[in-house]
Amino acid sequence: MIKFLLMINKQGQTRLSKYYDHVDVGKRAALEANVVKCCLFRKKEECSFVEYKDYKLVYRQYAALFIVVGITDDENELSIYELVHNFIEVLDKYFNRVSELDIMFNLDKVHIMLDEMILNGCIVETNKNRILAPLLALDKMAES
Amino acid sequence: MSPSVRLQEMIRVIRSARTQGEERGLIQKECAAIRAQFRQSDNGARTHNLAKLLYVHMLGYPAHFGQMECVRLIASPRYSEKRIGYLGAMMLLDEKQDASLLITNSIKNDLSHSSQHVQSLALCTLACMGSAEMCRDLAPEIERLLGASDSYIKKKAILCAVHIVRKIPELGELYTPLACSLLSEKNHGVLHSAVVLITELCERNPDTLRQFRKTVPELVHIMKGLIMSGYSPEHNVAGISDPFLQVRILRLLRILGRCNDAASDAMNDLLAQVATNTDSSKTAGSAVLYETVLTVMDIRSESGLRVLAVNILGRFLLNNDRNIRYISMTSLQKIVQTDHTAVQRHRGTIVDCLKDQDASVKRRALELSLALVSATNIRTMMKELLVFLSTCPPELRAHTASGIFIAAERYAPSQRWHIDTILHVLITAGGDVRDETVPNLIKLITTASELHCYTVLKLYRALITDISQQSLVQVACWCIGEYGDLLLKGECDDIEPMQLTEDDVLDALETVLQSHMSSPASRAFALTATMKLSTRITNNVDRIRSIVSIYGSCIDVELQQRAVEYNALFKKYDHMRAAVLERMPVIDKSSPGDTLGDLTGEVTKDSSLSKPVPGGSTLPLEPASQAFDLLDLLVPSVTVYEKGGVSLKLQCDSQTETAVTLTFTACNSTQNDITKFTLQAAVPKSIQLQMKAPSGSVLPAGGHSAITQTVVLSNPSKTNLKMRVRLSYSNQGMVCQDTVQIDSFPSPAWT
Repeated sequence: MIKFLLMINKQGQTRLSKYYDHVDVGKRAALEANVVKCCLFRKKEECSFVEYKDYKLVYRQYAALFIVVGITDDENELSIYELVHNFIEVLDKYFNRVSELDIMFNLDKVHIMLDEMILNGCIVETNKNRILAPLLALDKMAES
Repeated sequence: MSPSVRLQEMIRVIRSARTQGEERGLIQKECAAIRAQFRQSDNGARTHNLAKLLYVHMLGYPAHFGQMECVRLIASPRYSEKRIGYLGAMMLLDEKQDASLLITNSIKNDLSHSSQHVQSLALCTLACMGSAEMCRDLAPEIERLLGASDSYIKKKAILCAVHIVRKIPELGELYTPLACSLLSEKNHGVLHSAVVLITELCERNPDTLRQFRKTVPELVHIMKGLIMSGYSPEHNVAGISDPFLQVRILRLLRILGRCNDAASDAMNDLLAQVATNTDSSKTAGSAVLYETVLTVMDIRSESGLRVLAVNILGRFLLNNDRNIRYISMTSLQKIVQTDHTAVQRHRGTIVDCLKDQDASVKRRALELSLALVSATNIRTMMKELLVFLSTCPPELRAHTASGIFIAAERYAPSQRWHIDTILHVLITAGGDVRDETVPNLIKLITTASELHCYTVLKLYRALITDISQQSLVQVACWCIGEYGDLLLKGECDDIEPMQLTEDDVLDALETVLQSHMSSPASRAFALTATMKLSTRITNNVDRIRSIVSIYGSCIDVELQQRAVEYNALFKKYDHMRAAVLERMPVIDKSSPGDTLGDLTGEVTKDSSLSKPVPGGSTLPLEPASQAFDLLDLLVPSVTVYEKGGVSLKLQCDSQTETAVTLTFTACNSTQNDITKFTLQAAVPKSIQLQMKAPSGSVLPAGGHSAITQTVVLSNPSKTNLKMRVRLSYSNQGMVCQDTVQIDSFPSPAWT
């Protein structure tokens, strides 16, 4: 299962954090700092899968933002790698070329999208239209 | 009204803070304001405040005072308030908080709400942080929703059921009948969740697993539909139709087919079809192929299919994408033991990966290469491994060196090749080899009697080039001492001859003695070698005598003792010198008390050479490196501990009226390496204990070498000797500890 999904920028500031396997609030900051340090140390030629403690990390870098997913051993790493890209494509579709600031200022919307995609550490939906449908409906309700 | 507006202002303000301290101050002010507003009951800005609080929480600041506010907001009838309330519940609440029980009723009501968005919020929150009590209360509600007609709700309800099953496995029976029927859904989201639910149920309960085996044909049918269907814009990812669902189904098939022939047969065709038809040019296709390979390897598949799977992995190895190379290495490592011949076919590619840039790929390639070494390919593989040793990163050196030694020992085509290989390793990475290498190599050299001349010439050359590698220096000194006469003769068939004078040889040994780079053990070797040369050379015996007498006043006690004894040998016992220093016999490989007959790294000597010289002092004829055991076959060695493949033996080296020297030898006969092996000892108060440093802390599998540790007990009041020893080691990640009491000690050879 997916243990957590983090979006952290290069300076170590967390832009989004979602934990599916409970981690104490006090320990979260340390975990996020460690994880991003781990990813920053990786060179360009190294692969995107890192063995971290007793589970694995799958990370992808988009501009200055790292998306890191912690997974247990029974998940297919390549499939999670694709999932991360799918998530970014969904964000792209909604925000029209998403940037870090978009994510920061619309955190609640990003959470809604993420909840549509991943529930309790498992993938729920990967079709972009279906993921964005409730959010678009909500927006329409808000406008009217 | 969207709660983000005021949140955005706050975010802007926080971003403009220039230092950490300023940010903290701003946030504390905001939190205080939010707290005050929470206390006022009626407030239109509740959502904004909670949103701000959640942002602050994400940054890492305490936000527990928002929990009750979450509960209040969840109970509100307005959708926007509910939404932020549920989000807050997911982030701030967990099972340990009392407030989480308060939302159970709200969730129950919302699960039957008319709007599907509200229902989905409730489902999401329950799946995320539902405690066991909440799950028990709401399980029937979820069951009802599993039969709902709306697929949007259904898929979320199914994943909620997964969470419930994880928390309370007994409730799995509630959902089992429904799970089968869910597989006939068309909606991919529902299908995906259904497969996850069935996987979870099967993993928890073997009876359920048997029940679900009859769904295998249905799953095969769904997979075939996915592969054969043309372009479907809904689920297409890089040309593959819903790879996420394919991967999930493959994993479920793996669980169902494990250890079951009937189910495995039903899947064979499908797996072959997936393996051949999937396009692997993009990551999505590779993900599906990877899962297929894992499945094929795990079920009872036929050999043709297995070969196909290994070939897919071999193809992955040639891929440009390093992620794909990495996972193929990991998978090959898992199957190299079982499908050895199939993996051998890809040996060339694996060996090429030793030169990869990525450190983790290199490490995996190294382990795979070592596993693939066999009698037929030993020469070529060793060449590659030696090249790798000279260029590999330092953290892999020790592992590579020990791997090379084990492989060389098992498959060496000739003794000369074996000696050459070990020398090469010592020259390249002498600092990273284990301590037992020196005696092992010496043992090997003595057995290869026709190669003595060749070996000693080679070692001499290596010694004069570089004296920094201590293991090499020690072996070279020992050989020069033993075979100095052959060295001076200078002629040998396989190697170009060298004209050496006795002074050259003595110069080399003196350089070792005087160099600051030499460790005390190396100097001891060099001194003994110098002494041995006194019987093998004719002209410069005086020079040797003077060297030996200089070291009679050396600060190092070990060297001093030797030098004094050698001096005594010159002065008082000159008539015995030749006999004492004559050529050693071939060292016997087996040692007493060895149940498996494997090499344990101990060396035993013939009893004739350890006769004590009259006068009481014992002449050390061997360099006193710790792994060497001076005692002969007659010395009793007591096994004090034997459990789980780890054995500990005790030998008494020497005993005087007030002091005893003991040696512990630890050996590992399991199939796994044991690391972090340490011994601790405790003795009664009247006895003093001194533990010397152990020879190492790693016990390789199969008993190839042992760890020795010398212990000196000083017993001036001559009380009964008793000792308690605690061993601790790490085996396959588990830390084991054991204590053993020793009341009777073996007697030494000469009392």
